Amino acid sequence: MIELFKNPNYDFIGKRKWAYIISIAITLIGLGSLVAKGGLRYDIDFTGGTLIQVRFEQPPQVAKIRASLGTIQLGESIIQQFGDPREYIIRLPLVAVGSEEISRRVQGALGAEASLGKFEIRRVEFVGPQVGRELQLQAVYLVLGGLIWIAIYLAFRFDLRGGVAAVIAVLHDVIVCLGALSLFNREFSLPVLAALLTIIGYSVNDTIVAYDRLRENRGRSMPKGRTFAQQMNDAVNQTLSRTILTSLTTFFSAAVLLFLGGKTLEDFAFVLFVGVITGTYSTTYVAAALVVDWTSHVEGRLRRGKKAVAKA
Amino acid sequence: MPRHLRFRIGLVLAVIAVSVWYLYPLKSSINLGLDLQGGIHLMLGVEADRHVASQTDRAAEDLKSALERKGIAVKRIAREGNTAIKVELASPQSWNDSRTVVAEFSSFDRRDDDQAAGTFRLVMNDRRVSQLRDDAIRQGADQILIQLPGIQDAARAKALIGKTALLEFKLLDERTPIDQALAGHLPETSEVLFGREVDKQTKAERKIPYVVQRRALLTGAELTRAEVSADPNSMGNWQVAIEFTSTGTRIFGEVTEQNVGRRLAIILDGTVYSAPRINERIPGGRAVITGQFTVDDARDLAIVLRAGALPAPVVILEERTVGPSLGSDSIRQGLIAIAGSAIVVFVFMLVYYRLSGLVADIALGLNLLILFACMAAIRATLTLPGLAGIALTIGMAVDTNILIFERIREEMRVGKTPRAAIEAGFRRALRTIVDTHLTVMGTAVILLSFGTSSVKGFGVSLFIGLGASLFTAYFFTRLLFDLLYMGRRKVDAISI
Repeated sequence: MIELFKNPNYDFIGKRKWAYIISIAITLIGLGSLVAKGGLRYDIDFTGGTLIQVRFEQPPQVAKIRASLGTIQLGESIIQQFGDPREYIIRLPLVAVGSEEISRRVQGALGAEASLGKFEIRRVEFVGPQVGRELQLQAVYLVLGGLIWIAIYLAFRFDLRGGVAAVIAVLHDVIVCLGALSLFNREFSLPVLAALLTIIGYSVNDTIVAYDRLRENRGRSMPKGRTFAQQMNDAVNQTLSRTILTSLTTFFSAAVLLFLGGKTLEDFAFVLFVGVITGTYSTTYVAAALVVDWTSHVEGRLRRGKKAVAKA
Repeated sequence: MPRHLRFRIGLVLAVIAVSVWYLYPLKSSINLGLDLQGGIHLMLGVEADRHVASQTDRAAEDLKSALERKGIAVKRIAREGNTAIKVELASPQSWNDSRTVVAEFSSFDRRDDDQAAGTFRLVMNDRRVSQLRDDAIRQGADQILIQLPGIQDAARAKALIGKTALLEFKLLDERTPIDQALAGHLPETSEVLFGREVDKQTKAERKIPYVVQRRALLTGAELTRAEVSADPNSMGNWQVAIEFTSTGTRIFGEVTEQNVGRRLAIILDGTVYSAPRINERIPGGRAVITGQFTVDDARDLAIVLRAGALPAPVVILEERTVGPSLGSDSIRQGLIAIAGSAIVVFVFMLVYYRLSGLVADIALGLNLLILFACMAAIRATLTLPGLAGIALTIGMAVDTNILIFERIREEMRVGKTPRAAIEAGFRRALRTIVDTHLTVMGTAVILLSFGTSSVKGFGVSLFIGLGASLFTAYFFTRLLFDLLYMGRRKVDAISI
């Protein structure tokens, strides 16, 4: 039998003060990057605009593409290589020209530049301003909707403290993922939104496993004299090998997507990659830690209340 | 013997059989999205306000001529915004006369009267505005989604947007002989329209006259769907199947009921396409337009009918065109990624949990089988993010097995016998598993009900995948353990 841990008994919860500092620092770095860069870089899904994917027969010179597009007056275009050296993506901002006219002009301009050789337009995506705005709102609603559902479900299955702490943990993961996107100059697109929502599910999944264990232990006859913090630490330790194994498999799955899934899945897989790590961390050091501190705060107040009554 | 063993074996076999039945044959059972297959996705916006504005324009013209008929000279009459008409009379003396004329325009309210200057404004009342908007939008949403899988010629499809096709259903006037009608002898209520027939060999076009009643019983405004299919009655020809709104369905039912035995002409832009005889009442609101359509003609017609029957102009809000070569590239990459992550997981489970790992792997296989079968059964579309969702489901399904196995190991560590350990392990782990699955399925429901396009596809595959994972954990993995260890023979150890 291969075993990662034999009766692990690490003091996770005891080191939570350090973890709070780390969590706050990472969150601040992420938020700082977001503020410094003026928010997320949105894909045309959210900003509106046109994206054209072109495959050339020979690897082209970017300057030539740029020059040829400069003549057609469709605004400042962004030209990026996309995976293969012959494959390029051209992004055009929203202009008051119909989608049909845009692809016609781009095709004409690229065709006029003889040195670029033959090319094939493989994808055209045009998103109007109205759709972009709707999608931005939708993204916010979907994330909020997911969080509210989780809070309600957990408050119902466990208690309000657990529900709120789990949502804070998930929010932490969302901010870390968005910060990582910003730090690595990646774009926020529809697939990234899907990945973010997955991470919300994944992170809360982890948290539930720990909570469930705590509840089960408390339901049985526990050795007396163990504080709530110790009980939580036991639950985290008892589920440790499961947590690590699951995180590893999910992590490997995300890694395979990141390295084999191609350019289209890259940003999606990146968020999963980051999210699996922070999701695993936040279960212990945000959700569980907060429940411990919240509970001891409440119990402390109760004790002080009782003492005050006794004195009087 | 464990409980209900026969029932559980039967259930699992039934699920496998149904899944295979839905998936066979694989090529036609799974619906590929545009990003995988190539094709065009168009989201059209109906400009309902422009419809309102054009109605206001018309009312302004009507008002002007109505006033002039009464001998009231108008200095200026113009539309303001979408719903208001500003009227300036040539002389304030005619003020009182204008009141009676204006009163006839009941869908407008009179405001800002200025008798001394001879000016006033008419504002369309809210009821009329919302009625006009509803007319324009018709399907309850101001966006129309047109998806044309497999089509590469985006320009051709888009050129059709904005074109209109007037579809009408009129009864044939069979009492008036055609030669008489052609000579001009026909009742007021009838007219002559022509159909076209093209000879396949000579390509010569022949015109066939029909005498039809002028009144259209039903028009394309009552249409909700138009789809292309092969004409079963004539090889190589295509037809357009249409479906009516609920109002249209009711009218169509009544018309066919009251006119059994008569012929109903299907007329498109004044040309008769066919005039089938009504054999019986047609409920359900479905009809088929046949003609000698090629597949392209039929496709054009379907687009024009869907987008063009609207009274308001449309604009393209969103367009996504994926070339076929890119589509097959993304399928290949998606499949490689899925296969890659599946292999990583399979090998890992086998090495770490040995025989139990094999059980988990078989369960994982069943999980994927159910997932694809459900997608085929509900005709869900498999998109690129959908493929990613499946890859993720694999990861989460494995978590279920890890939870169970770790729990069984733990129970054995405290000294339970193998059978008791399995029993307790499953019981305790399943509570957690139900909790984790329900939470994530809840978020998946939010995605699939409020998300659009690719996010929705992701939500669908995630939801189904997790449902399948719950099923396999509860029925299948447990069943295999029961078969392996719960028999009569003595069990000393579990390969886990």
